[in-house]
Amino acid sequence: MADTTKKATTVSRRDVLKGAAAVTGTALLGAPAIISAQPVTLRYLGTAVNQSKEIAQKVKADLGIVIEYVPVTTDDVSKRIITQPASFDVADAEYFQLRKLIPSGNLIGMDATRIKYADKITPIFTRGEVAGKKIGDQGTAPKKVFYLEGKSSTKFSATPTQWITLIPTVYNADTLGIRPDLIKRPISSWSELLNAEFKGKSSILNIPSIGIMDAAMVVESMGVHKYQDKGNMTRAEIDLTTKALIEAKKAGQFRAFWKDFNESVNLMASGEVVIQSMWSPAVTKVRSMGVPCIYQPLKEGYRAWAAGFGLPKTLSGKKLDAAYDFINWFLSGWAGAFLNRQGYYSAVLDTAKAQMEPYEWAYWMEGKAAERDIKAPDGTLLEKAGTVRDGGSFEARMGAVACWNAVMDQNDYMVRKWNEFIAA
Amino acid sequence: MSDGGAGGTALLRPSAVPATTGVGVWLRRLASRAAAPYWQAAPLALVFAFFFVLPLVVTVVVSLWRYNEYSITPALVGDNYASVFSGCLAELPSLCLTFKTYLSTLKFCVLAWALTLLLGFTVAYFLTFHVRSLTGQMTLFLVCTIPFWTSNVIRMISWVPLLGRNGLVNSFLVSAGLTREPLTWLLFSDFSVALAFVHLYTMFMIVPIFNSMSRIDRALLEAARDAGASGWQALWNVVVPLSKPGIVIGSIFVVTMVMGDYVTIGVMGGQQIASVGKVIQVQLSYLQFPLAAANAVVLLAVVLMVIAAMTRLVDVRKEL
Repeated sequence: MADTTKKATTVSRRDVLKGAAAVTGTALLGAPAIISAQPVTLRYLGTAVNQSKEIAQKVKADLGIVIEYVPVTTDDVSKRIITQPASFDVADAEYFQLRKLIPSGNLIGMDATRIKYADKITPIFTRGEVAGKKIGDQGTAPKKVFYLEGKSSTKFSATPTQWITLIPTVYNADTLGIRPDLIKRPISSWSELLNAEFKGKSSILNIPSIGIMDAAMVVESMGVHKYQDKGNMTRAEIDLTTKALIEAKKAGQFRAFWKDFNESVNLMASGEVVIQSMWSPAVTKVRSMGVPCIYQPLKEGYRAWAAGFGLPKTLSGKKLDAAYDFINWFLSGWAGAFLNRQGYYSAVLDTAKAQMEPYEWAYWMEGKAAERDIKAPDGTLLEKAGTVRDGGSFEARMGAVACWNAVMDQNDYMVRKWNEFIAA
Repeated sequence: MSDGGAGGTALLRPSAVPATTGVGVWLRRLASRAAAPYWQAAPLALVFAFFFVLPLVVTVVVSLWRYNEYSITPALVGDNYASVFSGCLAELPSLCLTFKTYLSTLKFCVLAWALTLLLGFTVAYFLTFHVRSLTGQMTLFLVCTIPFWTSNVIRMISWVPLLGRNGLVNSFLVSAGLTREPLTWLLFSDFSVALAFVHLYTMFMIVPIFNSMSRIDRALLEAARDAGASGWQALWNVVVPLSKPGIVIGSIFVVTMVMGDYVTIGVMGGQQIASVGKVIQVQLSYLQFPLAAANAVVLLAVVLMVIAAMTRLVDVRKEL
């Protein structure tokens, strides 16, 4: 194992030693198939958020595989997979996109027997459970699209099979971000987003398929309507949801809408907005600027999302082997620990735990007060000792998921109504 | 010169290929003096055909196709156009999505056009008639380009800390006692969008108008004065008519840019204001390519109509 590592890399000796130390844990993986001196390059298609330099460096050191990032937006990930399936070797896509991607036949099922930790993947994905308890499955819950009927099938299987659509990389539960210093009272429900108290100071994200679900959480919590499935609304439900949004917009409820990470950070940090839909790393960013911001857990639960690796049908031979090696490496702990330290969750918890300090694990995953200062992977201070993570432990957060990012059957109609909302 | 690329000329003007009796005659014609202008025009024509005409044709063709979530299929249907204009008749007198969006985009078009014209004309007039030395003119002209040294997006984003609720302007107004509450209409509003357009595009008015004005014979102005015209009369009857080509060219720049813009409206309008470009972008990101293509064709038609109307007012080619 150590031999292969040395032969395959030309990085500094220290890197190799560091790698070798970490690899002793991963040695159970078996020798990687990449033994040739010529390093294999994998083109990794995904969003920039998941493409860390550190991961690529570590893969190079451990496996000798060169990761070449192809950073695009979430929308462009689908576009590429559908229109240019030969332009990447590994795709990092979101589960909700699968309902568009799988019918195109451009992704193949991954062989579970080649994924070492396949049966260790958290049951959120395989059964929709956290700690033995069922969680919300409205929308495109990963368990609905996790298995394929066959390797090249374009149909999802409701029961476990040997063929997996995506091997999870990261997932999280989203909620509202608030400015506690400007709101000055506890917030406990999604309905507060449209509370007239925050007129002209609230925001929602302008990505139709996600924005409409946040809006549905609000509408439901206001007691206006109870949805069968917030991730798959009927036309009447879409009408009713956009109507509520349009009324709020006309009444001047919203300060602005945001489309990307940085916009949401700016709105919050500048105080233009005091309550809005937000993503976890954006809250961290606002806080690291010294501005108080809370990722507020709400009684109705979270809207969750999950991303994972998929393989294009064009992949074969050495590249295919390398892709499996890379994915196995990804599940083997180092990458999981790296992602957990950023506030995301990783697919195989045991291996990640082995790579984290006990105090880190206690803070990020068990919801305990930080024993020591919590630092980001790059060393910047995230939280001072004594703080507790918003939303508490992994089980408390992921256990309170209400719905998942989704593609609706009435997608075209929804996009049209959303455009009407923006134009109103 | 005579080998290869014959297809290029043929493409350019079919009649240029003579009905010859032999290859020799044909080759000689190709190399002849008369063919030279076509050869000279060929590279640009080819670039145009490949990067402009072809994509445009593809867009029009795709706008007639069918689509679903993950694929588009060749067809010849008007469904996408029907979808663009769906409800436009039924919902009258209230406006449908497409009309509403175009109306909002046209509103910004008129606002941006009028304001940039007023400012651009004034600046160009000052540069041409009040700055005597050429060095002075050039220096001031370069000063006008300074904002263009940073990117479009940065120029827009820098308005946020200035106009925001806790921004510089509001903190000044509040501390000076001019308002009690910070003004919220300064940012993420029609006002901020128009402001950003003026900031971004005035230069595109200044340059062509300045160009037109600098060709005006000063003797004409003297003659006007000698004939008893007041300053305003000289301006209105001499300078304005002679600056028309510049005004029209500048207007075409501004109008086409505003019609297709969605980034400025998005950032400065806080994503709360609709624009045709944004609608197309959303449709693209949901893989509704044919629908987006249909919208693009409609937008193109509207822009072409506006430009046709403007060139109807002034024959730019003749004036140049």
